[in-house]
Amino acid sequence: MTNLEKRELIFGIKRAAPIVMGYVPVGFALGVLAADAGLSPLQTGMMSLLVYAGSAQFIAVSMLSAGAGYLPIIATTFLVNLRHILFSASLSPYFKEISQKIIPLISFYITDESFAVSITDAKEGNLAYTYFLGLYITSYLSWVISTVLGVTFGALIPNTKALGFDFALPGMFMALLCMQIKDRKTAFAALVAGLLSIFFLYILPGNWNVILASIITAMIGVLMEK
Amino acid sequence: MNMDSRNYLLLLLGMAFVTYLPRLIPVMILSKRNIPEVLVKFLKFIPVSVLSALLLPNILMVDNKINLSSSNTLLVTSILTFPLAYKTRNMFLTVIAGMITLVILNRLMV
Repeated sequence: MTNLEKRELIFGIKRAAPIVMGYVPVGFALGVLAADAGLSPLQTGMMSLLVYAGSAQFIAVSMLSAGAGYLPIIATTFLVNLRHILFSASLSPYFKEISQKIIPLISFYITDESFAVSITDAKEGNLAYTYFLGLYITSYLSWVISTVLGVTFGALIPNTKALGFDFALPGMFMALLCMQIKDRKTAFAALVAGLLSIFFLYILPGNWNVILASIITAMIGVLMEK
Repeated sequence: MNMDSRNYLLLLLGMAFVTYLPRLIPVMILSKRNIPEVLVKFLKFIPVSVLSALLLPNILMVDNKINLSSSNTLLVTSILTFPLAYKTRNMFLTVIAGMITLVILNRLMV
């Protein structure tokens, strides 16, 4: 690893701080639900290790406790996680310099939060692959560990809400959104996407709101660019 | 719930597979190619759209319903913290200041 790559690794790890603060209480809460659904710490930890997708895991755990079959759970997981297509495609221009061998590893860790932080940093300048590894794997480990802790010790901690962690992820999204809003067009896109997202939450079951709102807004964006 | 461990592993592998493909395939196809102009423009608007689509329901809705009253302490916190986020564009500072604000507001509401 060159000196630059080391520096970028450390930068990536530091940038994970707000993600970790958001993941720990949410992962813990998921662990508590998993314990209620009858999953062991090992089973829950394996799910976080292999799937690593918060909302899909919440849905899977609640479907398991409702006695759902495996195929419906897998199908729902697929639909809920389809939005990652957009994140993966948006990151691709910034992966040009990264070896084709490392991309399959890095892309495994793409989540709402890791995407949001890394796309913002990537726009600021070239990033080495070590930045992505630092940011992504730190976030990943915090998720896996906190879900296992939730299953194991969930009963001990009465109320994480009192600690203000509810704001960790919204606060991070808000700061990142401020960085993305650069002119009237992007401000307009933010408004449209946010309202559409709420609209779709009202009219459609499942987690279609983010992907539908983003696709429609980006299409409007393309028209505005012409 | 009686969980057959071999079947459970199959469930996890299925979930892992369908989650990994959408993460992997677009970047594998697009990263070493020149992306068409129209797709570049489209993707330019994705980050701002995704962030807003994630944020707005999160702070405007409580229990799946829009709640614009002061009982929605997450919304009040967001409004109070927004100038800081906009001025500093600093994630960590925004999160910390907001968490402290939220703790205080939650105490006041009780």
